[in-house]
Formats: sequence, structure tokens, C-alpha cells
Amino acid sequence: MVEHRRFGNLLPHLVLLIGVAIVAFPVYLAVIGSTHDDVIISNGQMPLYPGSHGLETYWKTIISGTGKTTREPVGSMLISSLIMAVGIAVGKIAISIISAYAVVFFSFPFRMTTFWIIFVTLMLPVEVRIFPTYKIASDLHLLDSYSGLILPLIASATATLLFRQFFMTIPKELVEASKIDGAGPIRFFFDTLLPLSVTNIAALFVILFIYGWNQYLWPLLITTRDDMQTIVIGIKKIIDVKDALTEWSVAMATAVLAMLPPVAVVVLMQRLFVKGLIETEK
Amino acid sequence: MALRQFGAAAAVTTALAFAASPAHAVTEIQWWHAMTGPNNDVVVKLANDFNATQSDYKIVPSYKGSYPDTLNAGIAAFRAGNAPGIMQVFEVGTATMMSAKGAIKPVSELMKDQGETFDPQSYLPAITGYYSTSKGEMLSFPFNSSSMVLWVNLDALKKADIAEPPKTWPEVFADAQKLHATSPTCGFSSSWVTWGFIEQFNAWHNQSIGTKANGLDGFDTTLDFNTPLETKLLENLVELQKDKSYDYSGRTNTGEGRFTSGECPLYMTSSAFYPNVKVNAKFTYTAVPMPYFPDVAGAPQNSIIGGASLWVMGGKSAEEYKGIARFFTFLSDTDRQVYLHEVSGYLPITKAAYEKTKESGFYDKNPILEVPLKELTNKPPTENSRGLRFGGMVQMRDVWSEEIEAALAGKKSAKDALDAAVSRGNQMLRQFERTAVK
Amino acid sequence: MENRAIFSGKLLALILVLPQLAVSLIFFYWPAAQALWQSFLVQDAFGLSTEFVWFENYVALFQTPEYYHSIGVTFVFSILVVAFSLAIGLLLAVMANRNIKGVQIYRTFLIIPYAVAPAVASVLFIFMFQPGLGMIARALQRAGIDWNPVLNGNHAMMLVVIAAVWNQISYNFLFFLAGLQAIPKSVIEAAAIDGARPWRRFWTIVFPLLSPTTFFLIVVNITYAFFNTLGIIDTATEGGPNAATQTLVYKVFQDGKAGADLGSSAAQSVILMIIVILLTAVQFRYVEKKVHY
Repeated sequence: MVEHRRFGNLLPHLVLLIGVAIVAFPVYLAVIGSTHDDVIISNGQMPLYPGSHGLETYWKTIISGTGKTTREPVGSMLISSLIMAVGIAVGKIAISIISAYAVVFFSFPFRMTTFWIIFVTLMLPVEVRIFPTYKIASDLHLLDSYSGLILPLIASATATLLFRQFFMTIPKELVEASKIDGAGPIRFFFDTLLPLSVTNIAALFVILFIYGWNQYLWPLLITTRDDMQTIVIGIKKIIDVKDALTEWSVAMATAVLAMLPPVAVVVLMQRLFVKGLIETEK
Repeated sequence: MALRQFGAAAAVTTALAFAASPAHAVTEIQWWHAMTGPNNDVVVKLANDFNATQSDYKIVPSYKGSYPDTLNAGIAAFRAGNAPGIMQVFEVGTATMMSAKGAIKPVSELMKDQGETFDPQSYLPAITGYYSTSKGEMLSFPFNSSSMVLWVNLDALKKADIAEPPKTWPEVFADAQKLHATSPTCGFSSSWVTWGFIEQFNAWHNQSIGTKANGLDGFDTTLDFNTPLETKLLENLVELQKDKSYDYSGRTNTGEGRFTSGECPLYMTSSAFYPNVKVNAKFTYTAVPMPYFPDVAGAPQNSIIGGASLWVMGGKSAEEYKGIARFFTFLSDTDRQVYLHEVSGYLPITKAAYEKTKESGFYDKNPILEVPLKELTNKPPTENSRGLRFGGMVQMRDVWSEEIEAALAGKKSAKDALDAAVSRGNQMLRQFERTAVK
Repeated sequence: MENRAIFSGKLLALILVLPQLAVSLIFFYWPAAQALWQSFLVQDAFGLSTEFVWFENYVALFQTPEYYHSIGVTFVFSILVVAFSLAIGLLLAVMANRNIKGVQIYRTFLIIPYAVAPAVASVLFIFMFQPGLGMIARALQRAGIDWNPVLNGNHAMMLVVIAAVWNQISYNFLFFLAGLQAIPKSVIEAAAIDGARPWRRFWTIVFPLLSPTTFFLIVVNITYAFFNTLGIIDTATEGGPNAATQTLVYKVFQDGKAGADLGSSAAQSVILMIIVILLTAVQFRYVEKKVHY
């Protein structure tokens, strides 16, 4: 803000506090849930303050608990999820940024058609084409592999659209100046465009990492080996219990643990945000 | 030169890293299931125990999500040419599985081909009947079965001056209203609305849900449960819903906590709710058989099972079939059935196992565990109570639920709702009939 | 689209778009074509019996009153979700774009909810809103409101809208924030020197400069409301009660479950796809004109 206002800062604080209270409330519930007894949670009697079972629950979750019911230690599932999430995020960003670059800065036949071809992939949810997509993955021998987990999810119209929007705001003068300096399209991309895009890339990385991290349906279908199972599948297994006792506290604890890597990504990404801001100050 | 070799080696290594794991010398049999929590442990233990008894076959269980997710995975895999050997499918998926000749291998056929001793008579008819043809040939292997019972909060009943748990529907309605005074938000509630109020209700009263033995005898079945009796049930529920003497808790079982929390003193749901009740209910409770209308001749008849069975997929190798057949024999072993039943609450599938458990006095110590069995074996099943088999059952239940919800919310009369449920259901049945492989 | 410079390397351009096109073709278009083909068939779940029926699946849809009901439900749902999640996301982003104390912490807590796995989020919403069991549900009961999303269609709609908006706020917040941060401070300072108050500054300068981001988010949010809310509806209401929350995409999912009516499900998704493509094309044509690049 430009003006220096003594009470002017009250409004943002208020709005942000209410915002956080509402938006982060379910997360708060998950944390609270992991500290309470299963019975209290099942009977809908969970209070809003933490309980006393936190330590034993987390111990159970990390050391013994989920290892027993999902047969795969939490650590290995976290690694599976990590590889998948990073692979998807990096892959999506990489192929979208170059596509958007081409569509915005180059003139070639069927330019807009290409954009629409990429864009339409948003319009048919994976649930509808799950059988044929699975068959293709199977035919290409991608089952039970990281490629199978990552490749089919890599086409991202969202990222392409975002980059397109951003590239459209790049002033013509910048490109001209770069050309005068003797830079070709590749130099321009790496020396000028990429640094300017850092904020957007950071934001996208957070979103895409989380998207990859939280994938359920596709990994479930394409992996059969226990050591390929992701943490989200593990969580669902604890929650989705039929005919037996649901261990809510362990489920919540696993969910909280599963949120830690994405949170770490968010915190790290914030640094890039600030950096990006400084660099766009021209 | 060295660089190129290195590059090639790197490429090969990477390719290998991405390729599927190499095949084993032992015949591996994939078993896809939907079991979670402690039941997952049971599945794993069964597989490990079987694998330990011999070295030719290895059962590899994989959790593939909820029942619908597992079924979808199986369908996707079949269409891609790599179905698992064994797949656990919930009871409502039976019609879909058996209508696809070639997609599955009937269990009775499998056992006969492999020369395993297999006596259909040794199995409990109420349980296997659901998964058999009308001629009694078992199509799939019952695995985890349950029935529907009425859970009763005895402390709450005492407080409302009700002497004993209700046995008939009129008693339930009266008790619900009495309980309403002490439990204003809910006197009586239920889960699995269509299983309880349509499927179980009609079987328990020896009424048909559809023609042709509820579809067991043919795909040209038509629904016919929009009877005065069914209407009477629904009208009573609608009336009680008005002041929450009966309070609807949803289509599935997400509302079950209302019983263990003490909010709903009478709750009708699966017998498989028991492990949760044991731990979470902090009051004296019991489970009694489902209520019935005493003026209906023949009621109570017997209940229908819920749960899932194991299907053997088609197109697998002869070696795999040998292993699967041995596994099913392993599962049918009496002592193993007794162990399964006592540890997991799954109902035993053989008469011998039921008898043995009875003799051991297990039910004297755990009377609640016998209630579903008593319901299932109450009387020999009739055409109306052997089970049901309607195509597209998952969607069918959604449609029936929608209509019941409309009635309970006061949007339609009970009769109109039931008529709509039947006519919409029949449309789906005719569509399914078209696709059934002849 | 005219005011940016153009490079002339056609081959380079082709190489740049090739990876994305390849993945799209193999993993989207080829399966999509098969799904399209499926809409002209009546088939059993396992694909063993097939009957070619031309447009029968499509015609049958337009003859079922439930389908029109779904269209209505979808539009109500989408408008509510898009409007609320954009507005709230923008408000929070504007407030978090200042150098007040602790802004990093606010930002972190506003983005984190996006990291909650959908399976877990759904369960948490049940913890909050389930009649009789949920804490918010009971608070409402005590306040005299008969909260009952299990039987009351309007309550059910409110529930899924709240859940969908909640899920999307973090996403919109993040991108609005990125967009706001990219606006050079010098531009805002210049306007302040000219005497413009913050409210006016926002609408005459900031908002137009934010428009590329806004356009992006409108398009993405509409797609989200139409397609990605499947999981939320499935866990919260299963399309009920009495189809009150049965959006078009949910109906696609329901009819295709367990392979029951793949033909109709495919036909529905084709129609759905056409609707959204048209909506998006309209946005690109008319709304983009207002976007300030």
C-alpha cells in the first residue's frame, strides 16, 4: 500500500483473519481429530480443542499403525507420492511453457488450432475415458511404473492457458530490444522470458505439485504393486473401512502427515514470490 | 564411443526402471479386493497362509479401492486384456458379472474342471443362493456376507418405559414415537435405505421384488414391489419423518454414528456394524432381527445377504485356474471358516462351520453374532427370498433412493414414489437385457 | 492478439508444441475418440456384446425429464460456485498483497487448504455438516434451523456449493496474488501521486491490469465447476436427495458406474463437452475483448 495509514491496516488484518478462520477450519479439524480418541470422533462428539491422544496416535501412525492396515510403511508411500507429484509438476510446466511460447510468439500454420487442440483436453473428465486410457497405458506397458503414473496426467491445458495469458502481457518493446541485441528466440526465452515468469511458475508449481500429490483414481487403477501405492490411497484405505472399526484418529494423523510436503512446497514457494516481485520492478 | 555405450546403457537401465517387474517362476494369481482396516489384515493373512501351504501358486492380494472402484478396475483391466484371477465384487454387481459370458468363469465349473471336491449342499443355501443360478450352480464364491438387523439402545428404551425391543413394524412405529419424547431429533433411523426397505423388506415377508424369482431366473424380469404392503411401510415412515420419530440418515451408512452417539435409540443397519458398536457405544445395547408385519402370511421368511463374493475372471491360464480352485477349497475348510467368522464377523458359508461355532458355545458368549445367521436360516428360501439379480443394480438403487427421498420429503405420495421407482427401474432393466450376452 | 512480436522459426515452433500435442493425442484424443464411439453403441460392461445404435443414446437423453433437471442443477451450481470462489479469492488476495505484519503466515494458511486430499476434505465436511453428527449441523439445530441436507434439496445444494467454493478459494487466491504481485509498484505509485484514492485505484488501474489473470481464472473456474466437482458431490450428497445436486457431470459418472450404461454415459459426456466448449468459445470471443494485455 502506498499511503501510510495507522488504522488502515486493521481492515486487511480483519479480513485475512476471518478468511483464514474459514478457509483453514477443516485443516484445523483434521489436526484436532488426530489428537482425539476414535470413539469421540465416531459419535460426533469431537470438541474444538485438542485432545490428549496426539502423541500415541502419531506414534501408532508412523511406527506401527498404518503399516499394519495398509501393509506399506508410510515412508514408502510418501516417496511414491513425491516422485509422482514432482514428476507431474515439472513435466506439466515444462511442456506447457514451451507450447504457450510457441503459440504466442511464433507465427505458424494452424497456430490457433493447436492452442484449441491443447485446450479442449480440459473438457472431458478422466472418469469418462478411463477404460480406453487404461487400455492404452496397458498396451504401452506403462502399468505399475512411474511413467504410467506421470505421463498420462502431463497434458495440461491450464498451465498452457496461464502462460499464454502472461506472455500476452509482455510488451512488444522487450522482444524488439532483445532482437536488436542479436538474441534469437531461444536466447530470448532463457534470458528474458523465463526470469519474468518466475512468479507464475512458482504458483503453478504449488498447484500442480498438489494436484499430482492428491491423485487417487488414476494411481489406483494403474498400480497393483504395494510399493507403488501413493499416500492418498493409503489414507482412503484407513477412512473407507466397511464392516469394521474405523480408526479415525489414525486416518486424521495420516492426512496431516500427508499434508506436510505440500505445506513445505508452499512455504518454499513464497520465497520465490518475493524474488519474482523484485525482478519485475522495472 | 564410450559415451555412446554409456548412453545406451543409461537408456536401457532407464527403460528397465520403468518397465513392469519380471515374471516369477511360481504361478502368481492376482486377487483384487476392496477390504480395508482389519479386514485387510484378514485378506493378507489368508493369502499368506495359503501361500505357505504350497509352493506352486502365490496369491497376491491388491487393494483396488472401494467396491465400485474395484469393479471399475476389473472392467478396465478385462477390456485391456489383463484382468486379475480373482476379483471381489459386491452383491449388487452380481448381475453385471454373470451376464458377461466369457468375462467370468463360474465357480462350480471351475471346481468341476479342476477335480476339486465341491459339494454345493455343504454350503448355507441362503448365502450361496444369491450367487448361484436358478439350478443351484454356484457362480461366485461368497466371501464376506452380512445381514440387516435392528440395533437397540436398551438404556434409552428403559428411560422411555419400553419393556422390550420391538419385534414387529407396528411396535417399531409405536416405540419410535414414544422414544421421540426423550430423543427429539431421532427415535428410529436406518442405513442402506433400499437394502432395508425394499430388498430385505420384501424377502423377509416372502413378497417378490421382481418377477422370475427377482431376476435370478432370467433377464426378462420386471419389477413389481409397488404393492399395498410396501406402500404401507413407506407411508408410515413418511408420517413418522414429519416429527422425526423416524429420521432419514442418508442412502448409505454415513449416519451410523447417530446410534453409537445415543441420538437414535433404534437403528436398522447391517450386522457388520458390530465392531463399531462394540467400541463406540457407551450404553447397553443389543441387536434383534428385522421387524415384520404380523398380519402378512409367512412373515418372517428369511433375509437376503449383503456383502461381496469372489469372482473368477475369464481368459486366464489353466495353471492359474488350478491355483484358484485350490484356494477356494482352502477357504472352505471348516476350521478356517470358523476362525474367519469369529475373528472378522464375516458369516460362515458352510453348514459345518456354523454348526461347529454353535457347538463351541461361541454364540452363548456373543449372541449378537448369531442374529444375522438366524435371520438367514429362519426358513428355507423361497422364490422371493433366495436373493435378487437386477442389471445395473448400482444405478437402480440410486433411482429407488431418489424416489424414497422424494416421498420422505413430502414431494410425492408414497404410492407415486414407488410407482415411479418401479417404472424407472424397469426401463433400466430392459436396457440391460439388450446388452446381456446370450 | 496483434500487439506482440513474432518470431519466424516455423520448425522451432513445431518442436516446441510437439511434446504437449503428442501427450494430448495419445492420452486424451485417442481415448476420447473411443469414448465418442462408445456413445453410438449399446454395450455390456465388459465389451463382449455390442450393438450399434446410431443416435439412440442421445435421443433417449432428451426424452428423459431427469436430464433437463440436471442441466438446471448444473447451471445453478456453477454460477454460485464460480461467483463466490472468484469474489472471495480476489478479496483475500487484495488484502494479502500488502506489507502488513505476518502476511507470509496469512498467505501460507490460505494456500494450505488446497493441499488437503479430496478424500480427506470430504470426510471433514461430513464431520462438520452431517445431520445429528456434525458440529456445524448441531450448532444450526440449536439455533433453531432444521439443517437437513439429507432430505432438503436446497440444503444439499448449499452444502456442495460451500464445499466446492472452499476447495477453489485457495487456488483463486494464489493466482490472483501472483497477478497482483506482477503489477509494477511504479504504476500504482504514479496513480497515487495523481491523487487517486485506493478504491478508485483498484477499479481503474489494478483490476484492468489484473484482467488477464481474471480471464484465466474465470475459464478455469467454470471448467472446475462443470467437471472437477465430481468427487465432492459423490461424497457429500451422491447427487441427492432426490437428484437435487445431480449435476451433468455427476449424472455421467452415475450412469457409467460399474459399466452399467456406458453408451448413455458417453453420450452425456459428449454433450457436456460441447456445452463447455461453446461456453469457453463465447468467453474467448466476447469477454477477452475486455481483457487488457
